[in-house]
Amino acid sequence: MAVDPKKHAMPTQAPQVRARNFQEVAQGYPMEIAVEEAGRCLNCKNRPCVTGCPVNIAIPDFIGRIKEGDFEGAYQVISRSSSLPAVCGRVCPQETQCESQCTLHTRAKMDPVGIGRLERFVADWHNAHTTERAKAPASNGHRVAVIGAGPSGLTCAGDLAKKGFQVTIYEALHTAGGVLVYGIPEFRLPKAIVAREVETLKELGVEIQANVIIGKTLTIDELFEDGFEAVFIGSGAGLPNFMNIPGEALKGVYSANEFLTRSNLMKAYLEDPKTPIMKGGRVAVVGGGNVAMDAARTALRLGAEKVYIVYRRSMEELPARREEVEHAEEEGIDFRLLCNPTEILGYENPDNPRDPKNGFVTGIRCVRMELGEPDASGRRRPVEIPGSTFELAVDAVVMAIGTSPNPLIKSTTEGLEANRRGGIVIDEKGLTSREHVYAGGDAVTGAATVISAMGAGKVAAAAIAEALA
Amino acid sequence: MYRIASRRELNPSMIQLEVEASLVARKAKPGQFIILRVDEAGERIPLTIAGTDPERGTVKIIFQVVGATTEQLKFKQAGEFLQDFAGPLGQPTETAGKKNVCIIGGGAGCAIAMPVAEEFHRLGARVTSIIGFRNRDLLILEDEFRSISDELIVMTDDGSYGRQGNVTVPLKEMLEAGQAFDLVVAIGPLIMMKFVTLAARPFGVPVTVSMNPIMIDGTGMCGGCRITLVQEGKRVTRFACVDGPDFNGYEVDFDEAMSRSRMYADFERHAYEEACSLFEKEVG
Repeated sequence: MAVDPKKHAMPTQAPQVRARNFQEVAQGYPMEIAVEEAGRCLNCKNRPCVTGCPVNIAIPDFIGRIKEGDFEGAYQVISRSSSLPAVCGRVCPQETQCESQCTLHTRAKMDPVGIGRLERFVADWHNAHTTERAKAPASNGHRVAVIGAGPSGLTCAGDLAKKGFQVTIYEALHTAGGVLVYGIPEFRLPKAIVAREVETLKELGVEIQANVIIGKTLTIDELFEDGFEAVFIGSGAGLPNFMNIPGEALKGVYSANEFLTRSNLMKAYLEDPKTPIMKGGRVAVVGGGNVAMDAARTALRLGAEKVYIVYRRSMEELPARREEVEHAEEEGIDFRLLCNPTEILGYENPDNPRDPKNGFVTGIRCVRMELGEPDASGRRRPVEIPGSTFELAVDAVVMAIGTSPNPLIKSTTEGLEANRRGGIVIDEKGLTSREHVYAGGDAVTGAATVISAMGAGKVAAAAIAEALA
Repeated sequence: MYRIASRRELNPSMIQLEVEASLVARKAKPGQFIILRVDEAGERIPLTIAGTDPERGTVKIIFQVVGATTEQLKFKQAGEFLQDFAGPLGQPTETAGKKNVCIIGGGAGCAIAMPVAEEFHRLGARVTSIIGFRNRDLLILEDEFRSISDELIVMTDDGSYGRQGNVTVPLKEMLEAGQAFDLVVAIGPLIMMKFVTLAARPFGVPVTVSMNPIMIDGTGMCGGCRITLVQEGKRVTRFACVDGPDFNGYEVDFDEAMSRSRMYADFERHAYEEACSLFEKEVG
């Protein structure tokens, strides 16, 4: 039987409809489509897709179960490697990971198997059909503290709990999930899905303590005094980067972290919110990653009449997940590529210093760029085209140009080595310069992906289990 | 959930709550703050810690009703609970090695200035306190300040109590008379802190101010609390939640901070009016 060269399309809300609501954009494969898509897998011997997965899910095995209609079996295969399948199926950049290695793609130049879509199908099927609760295994008596309830911390906690460790997660915010709840918007990752994954961890015996800021409320040394035998630091992203151009302190300039936190975590997207956010008007989002796409599409859904993405390189270098870029384009986000902001412009009434409009954003001044020689990252360096300055009239600017690792823990933990950019230094097992202290995720790497953070949590969990065995 | 151990009205618009939060109480130092949410749907608001009782495990906060959330908080009674209470956040006020300090509090800022003054007093410094209010009805913590100050000056804008005028008047007088303060700490409205800094500048006295900008997470993540410092002619961005809330007054761009603090003025006014009318409906 010939293999269909095309991946089955993901059913989505129509662009003009979804651009004005916060419901999930991609609606998931129906069962028949999932089975057909699974049928495209060649089940090849060398399984290159598995090596493309940061947590090494046995991809051909779970796809094989889908072919047989054994969806729960497929879920069990995935959950051996991943604590958050419903999350990863939605937010992983599969096109640069598992799917990029798919034989259909590399050898036959066809669309790869829709591995991410199938993973999501399996996880959603499990969540919809399984009433059985996860069971906490017998305790092995060892206590481990995990700092931060984001992707790396949840994964590390889940893996350890399955092995019988008594795990306590300390979360600085009021709710668990980390970037999955404060960063990634509802329309891409419904919060109910995150809550469900967190519930599963609790069923496994993981304790979660919110409102505890390690480094402030308690220190790592106190955790050891309290009887924890190992600590995993997954404290995540820290302070947002700005461009250091004039006008970044004007009213209406947000970091993507602030903009998304207001909308997602604090629910400013709901009608009549308690936490304010600027809604409507014209918005420029600076940056080209997933966070920039999330911010732009959130602004649109909050009622913006026009949303720009301003990115200094071209579409080819744009780092966001391909599907998000396509979705953003379909929704009418205006991509201003090869453009770099030089100044944010604000209102100032020269006759009235008390004019309430004073100090609010009115526009952004940009310069056009062209691509020159490749830089250290291997991407072609953008170079300014002299005399090409232009202005976009906007009411808000969102800076989505990355973050630096959170400073709180390393400033209060003696002997914890950090690199020049503030990332905690670890070895290949996730061990830091402090004995029994492990780390992973954005606290180590700076802004990266959910799945790489999960991979780091997994590596550290295995090392902790080995060290305490 | 965090239980309210006690509640006291300091004046018609300022309320003191003691909240049971033993981990915070054990760690908190003067100058640090907490973030709270009143209920599950509430916003996160930062409030500076006004005192602690580590033995009872309680943290004192004093707030002025300025918006919807503080209006809601006003109705919380002893024995009721707050949804979230996280801290202590920010850097403590630097208090070591000072011999002669002037603590200036303005309005609600006095609630924060009080534990700072107390700490200097405990460390053996000579403490001169200047506290200012719009009028006599808004006066708070006079007895508390008197008990830990070597000298206390109370100012009111309208002269209804103490001396008439703003807090910079006695500061200037003392500096001109040759008082050799080795530090001035000013905590209050931005405009007050700006003018205290301007008043102290000719005398070269170091001034520490406590910034209270718009904030969401409070843990060094969102960047909403950024302020601009001018250091050696260069503008640098700092984050009040992790670098502050205390800053060198001479470096702070107060005009920018004042502008930023009004970002959501319309929203807040609207939310406050709604909250008030809601309570009126419930009561009436």
